[in-house]
Amino acid sequence: MSALLRMEGVAANYGAVQALVDVSIHVDQGEIVTLIGANGAGKSTLLMTLCGDPRARAGRITFDGEDISNLPTHAIMRRGIAQAPEGRRVFPRMTVRENLMMGAEALGQPGDELPRVLALFPRLEERIAQRAGTLSGGEQQMLAIGRALMSKPRLLLLDEPSLGLAPLVVKQIFGAIRRLNAEAGVTVLLVEQNANLALRLAHRGYVLVNGRITMAGTGAELLAREEIRDAYLGGGAS
Amino acid sequence: MTPVATLRDAGLAALVAFGLFAPLVGLRTEVVEGGLALRGRWDDVAWLVLLAFVGRLAVLLLAGRRLPRLSLPAPLTRAGRHAAPFFLGLALLLPWLPFVERYELDLGILVLTYVMLGWGLNIVVGLAGLLDLGYVAFYAVGAYSYALLSLTYGLSFWVCLPLAGILAAFAGVLLGFPVLRLRGDYLAIVTLAFGEIIRVVLTNWVSLTGGPNGLSGIPRPGLFGLSFTSEEGGFADFFGLDYDPVHRVIFLYYLILGLALLTNWVTLRLRRQPLGRAWEALREDEIACRALGINVTVTKLTAFAIGAMFAGFAGSFFATRQAFVSPESFTFIESAIILAIVVLGGMGSQLGVALAALLLIGGTELFRDLAEWRMLIFGAAMVVIMVVRPRGLVGTRTPSIALKEKRAIGGNFVSEGH
Repeated sequence: MSALLRMEGVAANYGAVQALVDVSIHVDQGEIVTLIGANGAGKSTLLMTLCGDPRARAGRITFDGEDISNLPTHAIMRRGIAQAPEGRRVFPRMTVRENLMMGAEALGQPGDELPRVLALFPRLEERIAQRAGTLSGGEQQMLAIGRALMSKPRLLLLDEPSLGLAPLVVKQIFGAIRRLNAEAGVTVLLVEQNANLALRLAHRGYVLVNGRITMAGTGAELLAREEIRDAYLGGGAS
Repeated sequence: MTPVATLRDAGLAALVAFGLFAPLVGLRTEVVEGGLALRGRWDDVAWLVLLAFVGRLAVLLLAGRRLPRLSLPAPLTRAGRHAAPFFLGLALLLPWLPFVERYELDLGILVLTYVMLGWGLNIVVGLAGLLDLGYVAFYAVGAYSYALLSLTYGLSFWVCLPLAGILAAFAGVLLGFPVLRLRGDYLAIVTLAFGEIIRVVLTNWVSLTGGPNGLSGIPRPGLFGLSFTSEEGGFADFFGLDYDPVHRVIFLYYLILGLALLTNWVTLRLRRQPLGRAWEALREDEIACRALGINVTVTKLTAFAIGAMFAGFAGSFFATRQAFVSPESFTFIESAIILAIVVLGGMGSQLGVALAALLLIGGTELFRDLAEWRMLIFGAAMVVIMVVRPRGLVGTRTPSIALKEKRAIGGNFVSEGH
């Protein structure tokens, strides 16, 4: 089975610092793949490099067989990749509906995905005419994911969707990601600090340490590894 | 603070004021026969000291108390819905109102020019959120384009108008490219420099622009080939009217009204298009825009270009109305006034910008008799507006897409202070 997304030997800088070293990962169609690692390991840089900002200094990134390493950011996002960026970044003074519509209109699409997004996140439907800036953190995260889904992406990139959210809300959001993958068949690349939850959700995972991939395996495999439990799960606690 | 302490503090302020003003204001030298004489102006000093005392007292008594945020009473808000049609009707009928003379018409033209410039800048600052301190540069490009094209090639106003718009838009793109990566303060500085560069070029390129002397004898516009002159075949002759120079002023008035309404219409249309919403999204969050696949470069450049185009139109109109252009008309203070109109009006609000232009331009005209006190009142009015209504006169935003009915967005969610 050929991978939907493949990064081969990718290196990238974040400013003057080399943030990614020889990173090779792949994401198959229909998978949830998670990327875990400590603060500053390069997780977000990896997602950003995928989107062409910063550009990969070495290596190759292919999406659906096409080399996207040298495309400008907006061209990459038009090929069926959508991102819910770190820290949500909803448009605070626009309504929920306008935010969602931006996700489709930015790519010249009519926005007919709206009913499905609202079905996935009923809370957004309740707040549809409200300013996005007045939503709670969890609702903003739902909005950011919903906005990314409006362009009917084949690959959804999620950057720390659990950031700053209450455990109950995180659970809701992870449930939605699982449903999205199982029912709509959306492929997901998930960057998370919450390794426990992420590895339980994902089919496969990669561990990023100081810009290098140090481990790879299925979610269950990684969860069982001693080193992972020590480093990311707080020394064997559940 | 106890009343005694308050009084003592105010008294101290008065003492300091006396120390300062006694030599500065109280003593005045005057030329008399055979030399200088010293004259005292102690009544003036007394007034100033009293002012300092009362002022300090007021500051102390009001300190800690929140200034009231003026929220409009309900009937006024309801009336606000009819404000736009009311002002439009007033603008259309103005030349036919009984009390309107030549002076009022000229003032109307001036106000409408600034309304148009405000609406144009609103696209760049209010919608796309790109702080532009050099907007007058595009106004200048439009004015000089029209002047040079009509003087050199004898092209008519209606041919020059779109050309001047295109040239100004081109200047907008020219400015846009180097500042694509800049935001906020840095962007403002570069646009400020751009405005100055254009003005300095206009002043020094004597062979083309006439330098500080400017260009004069710029042809007046006609209505479908009819010129507004007293000779045969002119406007008055054609319609069998008695010649009256006011005809031309009325024509110019409707011309600028039409141009301003065109600016408004295009802005309102664009706000409903993906491009206009991309501008608003850009103002909100540039990184999110990139994540959604919006081409940020193109979005920014179109905002600069379209905003500049309308300044170019306004510049053309300015040149033809004055029949004379010189670099003096395009100084930084013009940019500042236009920006003040946009900010005071409430960024992004069309009605607010129009009201602010009326207030600022019409208001300063109204106080013309007060001579140098005029600018003081102007400044004080700006401060008062920003304190009482920090989000501008019309600080609400109507959603560009809504489910059933459009609800105005409360001022709390509209930008403040940047």
